[in-house]
Amino acid sequence: MFNSSLRQLGAVLRAKKISSVELTQLYLDRIARLNPALNAYITLDQEKSLAQARAADERLANGDATDLTGIPIAQKDIFCARGWLTTCGSKMLHNFVSPYDAHVISQFNDAGAVNLGKTNMDEFAMGSSNETSYYGAVKNPWDESRVPGGSSGGTAAAVAARLCAAATGTDTGGSIRQPAALCGISGLKPTYGVVSRYGMIAFASSLDQAGPMGRSAEDLALLLNTMAGFDERDSTSLQRDREDYARDLAQPLDGLRIGLPREFFAEGLSSDVAQAVEAAIAEYKKLGATVVEVSLPNSGLSVPVYYVLAPAEASSNLSRFDGVRYGHRAPDYGDLADMYEKSRAQGFGAEVKRRIMIGTYVLSHGYYDAYYLQAQKIRRLIAQDFTDAFRQCDVIMGPTSPSTAFKLGEKSDDPVQMYLSDIYTIAVNLAGLPGMSIPCGFGADNMPVGLQIIGNYFGEARMLNAAHQYQLATDWHSRTPQGCKETT
Amino acid sequence: MSPSNTDVRKVARLARLAMSETEIESARAQLSGIFNLIAEMQAVDTTGIEPMSHAQDVSQRLREDKVTETNQREAFQAIAPQTEAGLYLVPQVIE
Repeated sequence: MFNSSLRQLGAVLRAKKISSVELTQLYLDRIARLNPALNAYITLDQEKSLAQARAADERLANGDATDLTGIPIAQKDIFCARGWLTTCGSKMLHNFVSPYDAHVISQFNDAGAVNLGKTNMDEFAMGSSNETSYYGAVKNPWDESRVPGGSSGGTAAAVAARLCAAATGTDTGGSIRQPAALCGISGLKPTYGVVSRYGMIAFASSLDQAGPMGRSAEDLALLLNTMAGFDERDSTSLQRDREDYARDLAQPLDGLRIGLPREFFAEGLSSDVAQAVEAAIAEYKKLGATVVEVSLPNSGLSVPVYYVLAPAEASSNLSRFDGVRYGHRAPDYGDLADMYEKSRAQGFGAEVKRRIMIGTYVLSHGYYDAYYLQAQKIRRLIAQDFTDAFRQCDVIMGPTSPSTAFKLGEKSDDPVQMYLSDIYTIAVNLAGLPGMSIPCGFGADNMPVGLQIIGNYFGEARMLNAAHQYQLATDWHSRTPQGCKETT
Repeated sequence: MSPSNTDVRKVARLARLAMSETEIESARAQLSGIFNLIAEMQAVDTTGIEPMSHAQDVSQRLREDKVTETNQREAFQAIAPQTEAGLYLVPQVIE
């Protein structure tokens, strides 16, 4: 059951071979056994999950079930869910029981999916290892001495360990793709504006985008069908016709033109990752694709540009946490300014403070032009590189991350080293393009390697098609970590 | 460029973050490393390039000027640190 696809689960639920309550209980029991070692979840609430499962069973009995009715999924703790503690991985929100649902949550609720719990994450999604969470680091199910990646590390670990059928993530600079790669699962960041950001706690609003994380491209397509769509409550939500992201899954790959950016295969890429990615490209050629070398000459600047723009937007977004209306307020304080300063100093962790400081600095008087404006100009150059590259190809492929999962603590004292682990993913957010990561083999110490697939704007169905055809021909995506093999 | 302790102190105040002198010193060291990374940008010639502030070139959507939100004051204030008579309480600002 734990290795079934969403389609298979939907079929057995509709055929009444298992009830949603039974399926949810199986997952809750498995979480109780395996989660203490992994720390993939911040909040579990059996009563709420089972109540949703009972409601799903009624829908199934009445015959008004959707593809996802009764299927137990997990939600990254960045999504506000009514009545659920929603912490965003921070002490600042340790007591925030959300009074409303994010758009993504209400979409899943409307579809009848069951929420198993809220998954762990880097604090305010700022991190690439899940070590900045106030609720403790998440362990990689493939090797518990290693990080799962971040910021959607709890989701990635939960999917890899089969502690949910699928789950949600968010990606500002790689936070869906990098943990998906490091945990050997599939994850997709849609084109900016495809999924509403309403109720998704903001980090860098011009880059943040929610997306699905699961075990296969086919599962991602089903999830994206539920998550995507116009929402007037997000001012950047795009007004587009609904599409079926699964419509092209079965198409053959004959004639698919794959662009390989030479900058993604240069210095800094581990040889084990390079080997696995090259083997995946060879597999694509066997499936009928052709390969062309492309260049993204400004992509090397994406990390510096990102570390100006994302902190600048974060410093503004996080100014709302002031200890007045919700969240942490310092127990002792003098005047109003003292209350703000102490509440924020106590509520935020080191990495969040660091980024607020960078952002405040680059936006402050005298530095705005040199940093913020310059970064926005280079952002355009980076986006233009992709536009040029897509004249020669349909999708771009390369590594998701320069290395496999690193050890817990290995990079946590060196922010710059940590930032460089997102070197291949950040440019995609800056350009607003869709990107995904799928498992494509194993590197040193038998740790999973992710293949990144970047599409043109609104190219999700094409990317999912390319990923699905690869997953029909290979079985990397169905490998399970050793300690998580027990199934029922 | 590397920020000084004075710069860091000023930024911490602007960002409303209480910081001890030890924290200021360690923040300065880490920010210097990050600003070295960012400095790479300065060498790029961006003359005539339009800044890109957003991922999509779309203009802000407008809506009719009418009330759409319902009153949920009680639900919102149930999670507030301190309220009284429907108001949020903070230390006195005006004498």
